Amino acid sequence: MTPATDAMGAIGPANRLYRARKRINFILLAVSGVALAFGLFWLVWILATLLEEGGNALARATLYYQMTPPPGADGGLANAIAGSLIMVTVATVLGTPVGILAGTYLAEYGRRGWLAGATRFLNDVLLSAPSIVIGLFVYSVYVARVKHFSAWAGAFALALIVIPVIVRTSDDMLKLVPDTLREATMALGCPTWKMILFVTYRAARTGILTGILLAVARISGETAPLLFTALNNQFWSANMNAPMSNLPVVIFQFAMSPYEDWHRLAWGGAALITIAVLVLNILARALFRKTD
Amino acid sequence: MSDLQSQHYARSAPWKDVAFEWLTRAFAFLVFSILAAILVSLLAGSQPTLQKYGVSFIWSHDWDPVKEQFGALVPIYGTVLSSLIAMLIGVPVSFGIALFLTELSPRWLKRPLGTAIELLAAIPSIIYGMWGLFVFVPLFQTHLQPLLIDALGDLPLLGALFEGPPLGIGMLTAGLILSVMVIPFIAAVMRDVFELVPPMLKESAYGLGATTWEVVWRVVLPYARVGVIGGVMLGLGRALGETMAVTFVIGNAHRLAASLMAPGNSIASALANEFTEAVGDLYFSALIELGLILFLITTIVLGLSKLLLLRLTRREGTRT
Repeated sequence: MTPATDAMGAIGPANRLYRARKRINFILLAVSGVALAFGLFWLVWILATLLEEGGNALARATLYYQMTPPPGADGGLANAIAGSLIMVTVATVLGTPVGILAGTYLAEYGRRGWLAGATRFLNDVLLSAPSIVIGLFVYSVYVARVKHFSAWAGAFALALIVIPVIVRTSDDMLKLVPDTLREATMALGCPTWKMILFVTYRAARTGILTGILLAVARISGETAPLLFTALNNQFWSANMNAPMSNLPVVIFQFAMSPYEDWHRLAWGGAALITIAVLVLNILARALFRKTD
Repeated sequence: MSDLQSQHYARSAPWKDVAFEWLTRAFAFLVFSILAAILVSLLAGSQPTLQKYGVSFIWSHDWDPVKEQFGALVPIYGTVLSSLIAMLIGVPVSFGIALFLTELSPRWLKRPLGTAIELLAAIPSIIYGMWGLFVFVPLFQTHLQPLLIDALGDLPLLGALFEGPPLGIGMLTAGLILSVMVIPFIAAVMRDVFELVPPMLKESAYGLGATTWEVVWRVVLPYARVGVIGGVMLGLGRALGETMAVTFVIGNAHRLAASLMAPGNSIASALANEFTEAVGDLYFSALIELGLILFLITTIVLGLSKLLLLRLTRREGTRT
């Protein structure tokens, strides 16, 4: 045995081990790429189906001005679109001030005391709580009392979903405002309430707006909380004390039905909601990125 | 005199400060009490069944609205099983996505890819359900399910899970669609906690000659363990409470079946389907108690998730 072969023999197994490690590394990293492709694949597939199936329905003008039809007749989704717009607007108007004020307490006054920490914790749980339970809650405290389904109940349920989103974002955004800004304002003799209203709110404006947009996007497609609250209405109605038609519940009922033309309308509504939600999401992101 | 005046000016309206603070505190308290209010209202609503069945409601599998016999076992089983399937598929995939986004992706691709995955979470659940019913179920029924049944149905033990006719709808379909829905949540948390790992640790491992996979598996993952578990729990909480997507594809059959191919029911889909059609106090109360059970399970899971994630950020705070 020459020293050279000895050395080769020593390197051999180490080299093999190194190659095996490299191979494992390569395979597993490739798998991670496949995982990403798996995620994107569903996104593309769902969006492509929506555009293909819903595209035709969206292109027909009747979708936007005719009422939801009985099976077999021609019709559109006008009442459902209007109902969704009304309830989402009311819910946002109700939920936004509550969310912003609660978020203000967490970010501005919450450094001491138990309330802020506990509220932040419970709010995060509420953020992911099943929306159907929120529908159940509004049903038992409101609908069961007044004894009829109504658009108000639907808006209340949606507002309860808006609130945690806005509390979270306004808390986060207000905490991003540098403390030096607060100290400078206080040093000028400004009272705290004025400092919050005129300095920190302005500094966090775009962030809070992002939160509102995300909240609107979130409730636009919510179906479960509306099932027991707003119910549905085949006709045009702007009465907040009566059941009101809305896109998600109409999609649910039409898609579950055996009728071909109802399915077509459901696809149209689905495409409409998805486009709206995605546009709102991308808008919110773009807006937020500008503040970075 | 002027001294007094300026003092007067500076304290012109101290009540406004107090009022504003109490205003915000009142709203914070309102948010604080929402969860408690939900709990109380559900407890009150489920009184009739709570009194009639007590705890046995949870393990009774009867569900007969005509004879007014109710038990929660079937929906609880469906909820838990479909969520478990979702986790089995969703967790490894999310880990892969997080790994790709933090370690492999070129810098310029990180943001668009991350956003695309997050958009999966933005698609409303009713869209997943409808798409699942009309597009995925037929394909699954004609192509994948017969394959699975042929390949796995004859195995001992495991075979029982894959028995039965290929219906398209059922537990497995619900679990699959749920897995796609929870991926963005788990992947986002995993990505964020992976990025909390100090670069120094990773660089040291690379310096010792570790491969990328070894760095992720032996350094990043152990360091971020608590956060990863928190993310998985968050996904689980989401999956347990998911309503519309599951309602479309689970089959809504009130029976227990060992096979994953068989239609079943989940708490949320039982509520969505039966609540507005329920007649009689006991039926109503049974459904509300189902909601109460769902609320308790998800609140515990989500609370745990939040605690784990809090622990991670607190540890971060003391170390840096």
